[in-house]
Amino acid sequence: MVVAEQKPLSEILEMVQPYKKILVAGCKGCVTVCNAGGKKEVEILAAELRIARKKEGMEGDVREITLERQCDPEYMEQLEEAIRDRDAVLSIACSVGPQYIAGRFLDKMVFPGLNTTFIGGSLEHGVFAEFCQACGACGIHNFGGLCPIARCSKSLLNGPCGGSSRGKCEISKEVDCVWQLIYDRMSRLGQMDRLTRVIPCKDWTTSRDGGPRKTIREDLRL
Amino acid sequence: MVPCTGRVDVIHLLEAIEEGADGVYVAGCLEGDCHYISGNLKARKRVERVKKILSDLGLEAERVEMYNLSAAQGPRFAEIAREMTEKIKNLGPSPVRATAKAA
Repeated sequence: MVVAEQKPLSEILEMVQPYKKILVAGCKGCVTVCNAGGKKEVEILAAELRIARKKEGMEGDVREITLERQCDPEYMEQLEEAIRDRDAVLSIACSVGPQYIAGRFLDKMVFPGLNTTFIGGSLEHGVFAEFCQACGACGIHNFGGLCPIARCSKSLLNGPCGGSSRGKCEISKEVDCVWQLIYDRMSRLGQMDRLTRVIPCKDWTTSRDGGPRKTIREDLRL
Repeated sequence: MVPCTGRVDVIHLLEAIEEGADGVYVAGCLEGDCHYISGNLKARKRVERVKKILSDLGLEAERVEMYNLSAAQGPRFAEIAREMTEKIKNLGPSPVRATAKAA
């Protein structure tokens, strides 16, 4: 999933401060799963904004909506009614959401309530970690099914480096050295010889180096 | 009505504050004695989160509290109620209350 976390409340309050009628818009996709921008977080953030305004003696005109997704044009339609009399929208989807809102509702101010952090998964309830950097050409089968690009601090394709110690990365005792994990796993699988193969340089044009990316599925287009 | 403090969520405490409550406290079972294993520990974490939210909003974090006591501790319950009431009296009315009342 796309993992995100809420911006500091002070930053959010400052962003929306000039606007009277606010709509807090959540998303039932990834950000619901990582507890950053689903219906529950919409309720909490909207209550926080209302409390902040009431504390200053102002009317807390903050409404709430949570869309199925904020990254599909058809779900943007659900916003039409709710956004009409609003001065600004505070989207707590990943950063795709506020960009869709900005693209569709040309005369509305939109603010991101979240910082989109990475593509990852949960390690335990409330703990999320990065697993993928969306390089656009997955090669984890060469590394025992583990990604050295996302999970090695240096994104080394020929690790480990000298900073690997007792299975941990030198940047933190909390960070596993993925190259240790790769060697352990390939050894267990009896595939250490695969690490001796010469692999051509990685073509990074499928990653961000090739500019903004687009996927087109002709079989799905109408 | 909740079956356990583990059902008390951040939004419940915030709604009380938003509606103008001067203070809110959660009275859970003694730690280690939760019939649902960890409900009271979860409640404590949520109370801590609300305290942080109140601080971020410029309100006193002491307006929300978590207490632990057993159902057999009637006198302690009364003591906690008096303690919380005294604390909130000293803090004075919530600045949210005037606006909440007017609305």
